[in-house]
Amino acid sequence: MTTITQPDDAAISGMGAAARARTTRRVRGLSDRTIAWLFVAPTIALLLAINIFPLVWMIRLSFTSLNLSMSYLPLRFVGLDNFTDILGDEDVWLRLQTTAQFVISSVALQVIIGFGLALLINRQFRGHSFWTTIILLPMMLSPAVVGNFWTLLLQPQIGPFNYLISLFTGVPPSSFSMTGQVALAPWTIVLVDTWMWAPYVMLICLAGLRSIPDYIYEAAEVDRASAWRQFWSITLPMTVPFLMLAVLFRAIENFKMFDMVNLLTSGGPGSTTELVSITLKRAAFEKWRTGYSSALAIILFVTVFGAANIYVKALNKVKQR
Amino acid sequence: MTSAVASSTAHSIVEASPRSKAFASALVILYAVITILPLLWIVATAFKSQSDAIAYPPKVLFEPTLEGYVNLFTVRTRQTPDFIAKLPPPETWYDKLVRERDMVIAGPSKVVPRFVNSLIIGFGSTFLAVFLGTLAAYAFSRFRIPLADDLLFFILSTRMMPPVAVAIPIYLMYRQLNLTDTRLGMILLYTAVNVSLAVWLLKGFIDEIPREYEEAALVDGYTRLQALRKVVLPQAVTGIAATAIFCLIFSWNEYAFAVLLTSGEAQTMPPFIPFIIGEGGQDWPAVAAATTLFVVPIVLFTVLLRKHLLRGITFGAVRK
Repeated sequence: MTTITQPDDAAISGMGAAARARTTRRVRGLSDRTIAWLFVAPTIALLLAINIFPLVWMIRLSFTSLNLSMSYLPLRFVGLDNFTDILGDEDVWLRLQTTAQFVISSVALQVIIGFGLALLINRQFRGHSFWTTIILLPMMLSPAVVGNFWTLLLQPQIGPFNYLISLFTGVPPSSFSMTGQVALAPWTIVLVDTWMWAPYVMLICLAGLRSIPDYIYEAAEVDRASAWRQFWSITLPMTVPFLMLAVLFRAIENFKMFDMVNLLTSGGPGSTTELVSITLKRAAFEKWRTGYSSALAIILFVTVFGAANIYVKALNKVKQR
Repeated sequence: MTSAVASSTAHSIVEASPRSKAFASALVILYAVITILPLLWIVATAFKSQSDAIAYPPKVLFEPTLEGYVNLFTVRTRQTPDFIAKLPPPETWYDKLVRERDMVIAGPSKVVPRFVNSLIIGFGSTFLAVFLGTLAAYAFSRFRIPLADDLLFFILSTRMMPPVAVAIPIYLMYRQLNLTDTRLGMILLYTAVNVSLAVWLLKGFIDEIPREYEEAALVDGYTRLQALRKVVLPQAVTGIAATAIFCLIFSWNEYAFAVLLTSGEAQTMPPFIPFIIGEGGQDWPAVAAATTLFVVPIVLFTVLLRKHLLRGITFGAVRK
């Protein structure tokens, strides 16, 4: 099944096919086909063992009432009860709403800031490379560690954030709490997430901007298109596929968001920042409702997977234009 | 998502005017400074004394001390001044520093074992993922594998699961296999997560190596494996290194699996850092010291990776 024809095959082309295969094997060691499977198999086996087998197990558990804090009870199958419970639970819908709001506002903000920064950096001023590297740092950090140290920065009294705000607005620094107030906390997680990930969108947009060949702009100059017009008819449309890719990656990641928010607000105050991953963690690892949380996990997975698939199709359409 | 928007030629845009460049540079530098301030604050907090760290209003200027670092690495007990006065003179500078705060060092803290765990799990899973990933990527790049696109998509899709969701069955499985809170368990798990990134990235890198090199080697009588070892791998070395760093960064930074599946023996730094506590809550200088030590390698890697960053974060979908 090799895709490569060796020139020296000609030398043995006179022999029968079987004999040739035998010779090839003797001369070249393992056949290409064997090598291909030997090389791919370990990866597939690992993923089957660590990803697929547990997933199948989880699907089975989602039809049971298993609760690990009462695991002495015999495993009882409850059919679709877990799924109907979840889909009929107003709290779960509220958590999904919180998650959707977080995903939409954070990704929107990151797109605006990231694209803006990319446009600026693309003017290639002196030292742009150094400053770009500085800007990129937050996204390489551990989200958990970031969430943790932002709790210090955002402390109403000892943290520097409130002081900076009060410096510019005159609001007393201890009069508000970014992580403790119902009205502010949802914006706080958006703010910290944007601090981390706007550079991600920037980096992808920058690649998009650099992929636009100069001659298009030169042609536009010849046609005396205004800078504004050039932006709307050249820059933006040609960067859109890159932007969409960035949005796809960010939306999936933020839909799954757990670490940063868990450490920054742990879902609070109340449940104002309780993203669905945090709900899942509480159901699975605090209430130990394994059957129920398996069902919730499957619903989330299907949602991400379905949404991503639709999005990729749209992305491909944009690309083909 | 496979071969998305790739561009091989880097173009410079039509040259911007000096005034627009100055404007752009001012805004970008402003943003960069704002973005780096939180990190600088943490680095500075690591050198504050306990009282300076929680001072109200927050202190920008302070007398630097290594207390935070000493607290990070030690467990201390509070003693009466009388008791401390009776002790033999302090042997080291850190003994002295601690005694000035009416405390004595009772032993080392858990930070070193946690750091070691992070290193072992990080390097172990990186090595395995890159090894398996290189083999698989080579096969996907050079041979016609039936259903290759589906397999590649399957490999990627394992990454779309929310980690908390994956952790539920893994927790149950590891309990059965006695892998809960073991380094081996974490290495296997991180390998599985990293291998998808490794396959996708490395396939891109190997695709870029002209087949002619190997073909020439095969003509010269090399076997496939020899050609892979002596021709392809040396060519792919930069790509492999970049991939390895990405895998290492993932394992280093990972929190969700670590916090749900480990509690002591195999705990890594990210779940450990938030629980560095002193008298009355988080010991902020020590937390900041741990954060600084934890983040420094990442900063170095980011600088090293600068050229390949784009590829790494998009699973090879965008190349520069």
